[in-house]
Amino acid sequence: MIDDHDGPPAGVDRRGFLQLGVAGGLASLVAACGWDGGNAVRPLLLDASRVNDWVGEKILFSRHRLARQYDIRERSTMLPSYFISREMPLLQDPATWRLVVAGLVRNPLSLTLEDLRAMPRATYTVKHHCVEGWSAIATWHGVPVSAVVERCQPLPAARYIRFDSFDSGYANGWDMASAMHPQTILAYAMNDNPLPAAHGAPLRLYSPTKLGYKMTKYLVSMTFTTERPLGYWEEQGYPWFGGV
Amino acid sequence: MTVPSNGPAKSAPRPPVPPAPAAPPVVKRHHWVVRLTHWATFLLLLGMIASGLQIYGAYARFGDRGGPSYLNPFDDLAFPKWSRLGGWLAGALNWHFTLMWPFMATGALYLCYLVASGEWRSLLFRPRDIRGAIEMQKYYLRLRKDHPPQGKHNPLQKLAYTFILLLGMLSVLTGFAIYKPTQFSWLTTLFGGFQAARYWHFWAVWIFVGFLIVHVMLVFVVDPASLRAMLSGWYRGRFPSHD
Repeated sequence: MIDDHDGPPAGVDRRGFLQLGVAGGLASLVAACGWDGGNAVRPLLLDASRVNDWVGEKILFSRHRLARQYDIRERSTMLPSYFISREMPLLQDPATWRLVVAGLVRNPLSLTLEDLRAMPRATYTVKHHCVEGWSAIATWHGVPVSAVVERCQPLPAARYIRFDSFDSGYANGWDMASAMHPQTILAYAMNDNPLPAAHGAPLRLYSPTKLGYKMTKYLVSMTFTTERPLGYWEEQGYPWFGGV
Repeated sequence: MTVPSNGPAKSAPRPPVPPAPAAPPVVKRHHWVVRLTHWATFLLLLGMIASGLQIYGAYARFGDRGGPSYLNPFDDLAFPKWSRLGGWLAGALNWHFTLMWPFMATGALYLCYLVASGEWRSLLFRPRDIRGAIEMQKYYLRLRKDHPPQGKHNPLQKLAYTFILLLGMLSVLTGFAIYKPTQFSWLTTLFGGFQAARYWHFWAVWIFVGFLIVHVMLVFVVDPASLRAMLSGWYRGRFPSHD
């Protein structure tokens, strides 16, 4: 066999190099089995997650695109509920509860449940998407966040809202566009009944454009900020935007 | 040009050797774009599957809560640790949503190459290949003695490679349908809803795995030289005429 023909370039080195490359790739794959990403890779993955947040917020999300609504007969017979406290968070004295609207606003507010019930009311039956992969349909009743925004008059510098809860410091940060979506509400009722304690009584954030973990339960305040607020799960690596 | 160790050194005195059997001609088989996208897709797909299996574990069944579940032999199953990537749900999601970009870019690059080079003609299965596919099947079933004439790929290979391309696209589309079921609600509806789209996205994995097993088996059983061709681009094996 003659090897110095015009056809392939001297195969051995190049081929050996390629084979080495593939073997190296396979070896690193095997080493990666059951791997969590490691400290070296995690920052890169989080950077990529921020890129995906940007794509989700600026490209895929539209304030005018509404989530599909369902008939109340399609409601799921159950919808799991989570809180991070060891026991279900309950108000000691529900009568003194207030939603505090503060931060970069012209009119800071302190709203009772009655105040909120007196404001414009939105009701919809929508599908809930959990980051874990399950979904369930329920009806939610509440006041659109946009109605609260209209009352409190945020300053031009306000770009985000931080939602705080009385569930062991659970919190979420939202971009203004998501908060102003017509289906983003502060829900005080679920399936025609007052919001159950398991689902965040007396008030929770709800939107069918977000994953469940973005919808703060057991609300106590919403604060308008210029800085992007983090959140309980977001700080641990879950996508910040969390849109569906 | 260097003299490989397995070739005769020209300057050395040559002992009489029996005439070597005619060496198969060496033919250029795969463009570098094909080789690059082939191996990149292999690695990226393994990463997508491994992180996907970790994600699956967070809610290991299909169907709305409180409603009927889809038929699934892997209900409530945690896949073995070695098969998972990301460590926990958030880690796996970040892997999955990071690798999806190079995965899609690689697929797009390959499709561009197929179109630009005209190679789609020898790779994509078209209605005109049906007849040839039947003849090829007859040959494999020994109902026909001679190997039917073919181009670079025989019609059954074309069918397999076209199918796997479509499966890749299905994975991407079902992926978007469950990534943004509200923003891409038309896509989610097209696949029968959120849980149905999850179901198809999951099943695509097992078709990929099945394809991979058969693909690798055929390489080693039928034509091991094709593995080297997918690495170096040059084919030096039993079927050079197929080019």
